[in-house]
Amino acid sequence: MSGTAFLTDSTLCIGCKACEVACKEWNNIPSDGFDWKGFSYDNTGSLGHSTWRHVKFIEGGVVAGLGGNSPDLLSWGFSSDVCKHCENAGCLEACPTGAIVRTEFGGVFIQSDVCNGCAYCVVACPFGVVERNPDAGMAFKCTFCYDRQKEELKPACATACPTESIKFGDIDELRGEAEDRMARLKQAGFNDVYLYNPQDSSVGGIHAFFIVRGDPERYNLPPSPEVPTTYLRKGWVSAAIGAGLMLAGTLFAFGQDK
Amino acid sequence: MNNLLAKWPLIRQIVTRTDGTGVEAMSEKTRGLRSRIHETEVSKSVCPYCAVGCGQLIHHKAGKLMSIEGDPASPISRGHLCPKGSASFELLTHPNRLKTVRYRKPRSNQWESLDLETAMDMVAERAWESRERSFVERRDGKALMQTTAIAHLGGATLDNEENYLIKKLFTGGLGMVCISNQARI
Amino acid sequence: MSQQDLVNSDAILIMGSSMAENHPVGFQWVMEARARGAKIVHVDPRFNRTSAMADVWAPLRAGSDIVLLGALINYVLENEKYFREYVVSYTNASVILRDDFKDTEDLGGFFSGWNEEKKEYKTDSWAYKGSSLKKDMSDHEASGGHAQDRGGEKLEDSVFEQDKTLQNPRCVFQVLKRHFARYTPEMVEKVCGVAPDVFHTIADIFCSASGPEKTAAICYAVGWTQHSDGVQIIRSAAILQLLLGNVGRPGGGVLALRGHASIQGSTDIPTLYDVLPGYLPMPFFEEDSDTLQRFIEAHSPRAGWWNNFDKYIVSLLKSYYGENATKENNFGFDWLPRVTSDHSHLGYWVEMAEGKVEGLFVMGQNPAVGAPNSRMERKALSRLKWLVVRDMVETETARFWLDAPEIERGELSPETIDTEVFLFPAAGHAEKEGCFTNTQRLNQFHEKAVEPPGDARSESWFLYHLGRRLKEKASTDRSAKNAALNALTWDYTVAGPMREPKVEEVLQEINGWTTADHQLVSGYRDLKADGSTACGCWIYSGIFPNPGENLARKRESKDFYGHGWGFAWPSDRRILYNRASARPDGAPWSERKKLVWWDSAEKKWVGNDVPDFTLTKPPDYQPNDQDKGDDAIAGDRPFIMHPEGLGRLFVPSGLKDGPLPAHYEPLESPVRNLLYPERQYNPAANLMERPDNRYAESPDPRFPYILSTYRLTEHHTAGGMSRSLSHLAELQPELFCEMSPELATILDVEHGEFVTVVSPRGLVQARAMVTARITPIYMDGKSFHQVCLPYHWGYTGLVKGDAVCDLLALSEEPNVRIMESKALLCNVIPGHRPTGAAALEFIEQLMASSEAKDEYPV
Repeated sequence: MSGTAFLTDSTLCIGCKACEVACKEWNNIPSDGFDWKGFSYDNTGSLGHSTWRHVKFIEGGVVAGLGGNSPDLLSWGFSSDVCKHCENAGCLEACPTGAIVRTEFGGVFIQSDVCNGCAYCVVACPFGVVERNPDAGMAFKCTFCYDRQKEELKPACATACPTESIKFGDIDELRGEAEDRMARLKQAGFNDVYLYNPQDSSVGGIHAFFIVRGDPERYNLPPSPEVPTTYLRKGWVSAAIGAGLMLAGTLFAFGQDK
Repeated sequence: MNNLLAKWPLIRQIVTRTDGTGVEAMSEKTRGLRSRIHETEVSKSVCPYCAVGCGQLIHHKAGKLMSIEGDPASPISRGHLCPKGSASFELLTHPNRLKTVRYRKPRSNQWESLDLETAMDMVAERAWESRERSFVERRDGKALMQTTAIAHLGGATLDNEENYLIKKLFTGGLGMVCISNQARI
Repeated sequence: MSQQDLVNSDAILIMGSSMAENHPVGFQWVMEARARGAKIVHVDPRFNRTSAMADVWAPLRAGSDIVLLGALINYVLENEKYFREYVVSYTNASVILRDDFKDTEDLGGFFSGWNEEKKEYKTDSWAYKGSSLKKDMSDHEASGGHAQDRGGEKLEDSVFEQDKTLQNPRCVFQVLKRHFARYTPEMVEKVCGVAPDVFHTIADIFCSASGPEKTAAICYAVGWTQHSDGVQIIRSAAILQLLLGNVGRPGGGVLALRGHASIQGSTDIPTLYDVLPGYLPMPFFEEDSDTLQRFIEAHSPRAGWWNNFDKYIVSLLKSYYGENATKENNFGFDWLPRVTSDHSHLGYWVEMAEGKVEGLFVMGQNPAVGAPNSRMERKALSRLKWLVVRDMVETETARFWLDAPEIERGELSPETIDTEVFLFPAAGHAEKEGCFTNTQRLNQFHEKAVEPPGDARSESWFLYHLGRRLKEKASTDRSAKNAALNALTWDYTVAGPMREPKVEEVLQEINGWTTADHQLVSGYRDLKADGSTACGCWIYSGIFPNPGENLARKRESKDFYGHGWGFAWPSDRRILYNRASARPDGAPWSERKKLVWWDSAEKKWVGNDVPDFTLTKPPDYQPNDQDKGDDAIAGDRPFIMHPEGLGRLFVPSGLKDGPLPAHYEPLESPVRNLLYPERQYNPAANLMERPDNRYAESPDPRFPYILSTYRLTEHHTAGGMSRSLSHLAELQPELFCEMSPELATILDVEHGEFVTVVSPRGLVQARAMVTARITPIYMDGKSFHQVCLPYHWGYTGLVKGDAVCDLLALSEEPNVRIMESKALLCNVIPGHRPTGAAALEFIEQLMASSEAKDEYPV
């Protein structure tokens, strides 16, 4: 893997949503509507066609006494979610029109002038990131600020993030930084930190990894995400073998007739 | 003809020896993608919301706002902005911004529009008349030079120079003492 | 202190602020301090996004802050945790008080000098022993503390007796010890609801991070100021920091986190009634202001920086009236209006409600939903003859006559409201130039990027062209009443098709110049009292020292403190009183915490900041009795604004409600005052009680819950700059009311259901946000419930909702006249709020529901 990446360190996230707003302002994305969802302080709900960065609010249990952001006491965790820009991207592989491409930075980019809104990519995403906007008739998700990266600018979210919870940089350097950060956090007593960066699964690595606390499932991060097209590939192979056998059988049969 | 051929994804894949999902599959639009702040002019500014004082870079081109971002050189904000600061582009460009003077006559239930200069003349007239009616030069044989019939509110969102002019004109010139803003000291 | 200086802190106490939520970018420095090992303590009624980042969160009952801080002070004194050499050398701990000074300990919750009839203190007895009095100090009826807080209002604050062993029972240190003795961990548990083990954890974190090698910081915001004893809460923090030696040193101090872009600037160059630029007092209608000479005498101490008062006031008058201000006419001093009563926002609003105000200018503020008791505020607007509102959007204030709740409730009707309303479109920050002063006194100039849309204009434009018109009118009538207006200099250059005045000319006027040849001055040390200099705001002098050299515009940060980036008043000092970062002998207290020190070879003060001290004054300098001003301050006295040069643990003058903080209950409280049972609330506070500004009893069965208001990250104040923005409005689209699961059970309310929150002033409808982040407070064996509401909504914008400020009371803290918005009483009733006239009946029924008698001392 090469290119650039996001490292989102949830232990530094203060839940301010600057990333959501900076993203929407830069990419000129409409609002999601003005519905109070009542889920903690989250009113944008999830990633979708009009939310490309989304801050999750995770409320922890209560124990009388001291607070602080420790899961065994009263806790309130925040984490900014984003498209993972998978190395084996389900959306890209599922796209029948060639609208989804991989950029030179390793990001997965939907070309709005090519997308025909078929939404095959939507179901193919193992993280539920891509969504079709019915009004626009197209699928949308994080562009990895391809336009900014081309001009050597950081993505809008990482630029704004007040506490540098969202870091952006060369993927190899950032992986090293993630390891360092994990070590430092553990040394500081954050024993439950977890680096979410699945590499053994079929997504083959991601360009947006996360430091979270506790199980990644708390953050809606699947422990072992799979690209649906992996099965498709197996299916194609089976089909090819089957087709070959059938062809052989047919040829054999014809041969018998002679 | 060569160009057309070169654009054909299959040819591109063969030439670039890739799987056809990379740069070779990009449309002309994608290839020509430029950021909104490409070749813009930049003004140095400060976030208008809270008092942290984050540095902002205002990108503009041909008299039009293009984008507002944090100024990485700021020793206070180091280029960052909160959600409000990040929304300052919309603050200046959203469709509900006022662009003309609105005027409401006494006992009316609707707005009317008013020319800016006419509105200025009318406000000057109202302030002058109220001052004429209420100004007290002396009390108990001593200078008072005061009117309490005209009041002012606001200043914490304004520039220092504007606050200076408010106090100078209203208090130093007109004798208004009812001057207040969001701040307490 | 500077926000970035927080990384140097070894512990940070955040109290009265949700810094992560309301100052997220400033909070990056707290996060960095945390990463470097600093402990973060957050004390707040709510577990919010700041608590989530803290090492310790202590929920306390809203309005009990002085008890917790007082207990920390007591802990420091009792356990001898104070920084002794700092305290002895740099504070007034050793100063002996007058024999007739009596403490709250002696007088049942009052200090000596209380006048029950006038409801105010006569403060003579608070003076230092030996300091002779200049005049009867309680004469300033109309003033806030500002008429007497320069130290010049008493003859000789610089003359006093001392006991440097701190043993004399009448010395400040011993008085302090006795005063705070009743502020115990047990009292903290009973009054704040904070358990003793939590208290001791906080005390240990904070004290162990203080001393020669370490420093600790305190951050606060309106969670402290908006109380009926708000100033005294901050005083408690100042006392704690002085005792621990945390003032004037890197990573130490008290950081006020202010909420508007130039709210600091709007007190430095005030649009306030009782101060002139640079914290000079407004003249009051009293003998002290009869002549310029008397005014100067009244406010100039012999010793200390304020001895320069005459230079600053004369230079200000020269900048207002130019050549028309002459020595012969007292530089136009008599043209300045005199203050006769409380002309603050809340003070004159009461007059407005009574129909005594004809016209009002509102610029970038939205009192119809953002001011306390906004129901009353809106109704008062309908009594105006004319109203001018200048804003970027159509605010509730501009359209109060159209769709305020009072219209729907039948209290007002457009057909009967006589107010003529002018709503002007205002330019935004990128559409005009000028400077903001941020929360750390840093002036930063913002450039104009684009033209404002349509008829939108800057405030400078509006004021300049309004002033031009008014001066034209005055020029035809040169009678005495127009003397000031005719004398006022108003000749700013205008440029461009819009005829915008040149803002940098105004900034140059603020900086000051010589009147003879119009040369810009290099700083306030150049100012003169003979009319040869003009200066619009002395503390800003030096911001524009040469033509073309606008320091607020500078963007070349050279070091950690940001020298070269903007201009920090005064004289580009980034940390005030930084002389205290060195020992009395001039050497740094420690290598780790060095900032400014005496270079004996160079014979001057040097270091990492501009020294807040006369550069060449040696540490062993001793003044004689004839010396004046700064010369009268010894070389080991860092607090140069005070005549005695010492940090004030005890405040001999300038405060209206006591020389030491004392805990009083909020004006509405669920409990009686356990600290001083004889005195329930701050005796000097102004309740402004009226039929439309009623209070609950304390306690009151009709209003059993504590009400506190706050702000969310996603909005700005009353929403004028956020509710019209889709990208902010969607993040917090609706008013909610945070309550504990325990209270929700009592109320039988489910999360997300509607509730009606009601106070004696008004009622609002909100979604119930049932969350464990709000916890019942257990005090003295009983549980108390707090409900917290963000106040960002109103009846305009993309997202609408009830104005929470309808619930608040108009009230005034005595020193600065701020309202109490953080601790009141309310009731919460499940279901939607009634509409129409039924809404008002709803309140009246509740008010009448039981006869709550006031059987307690107030």
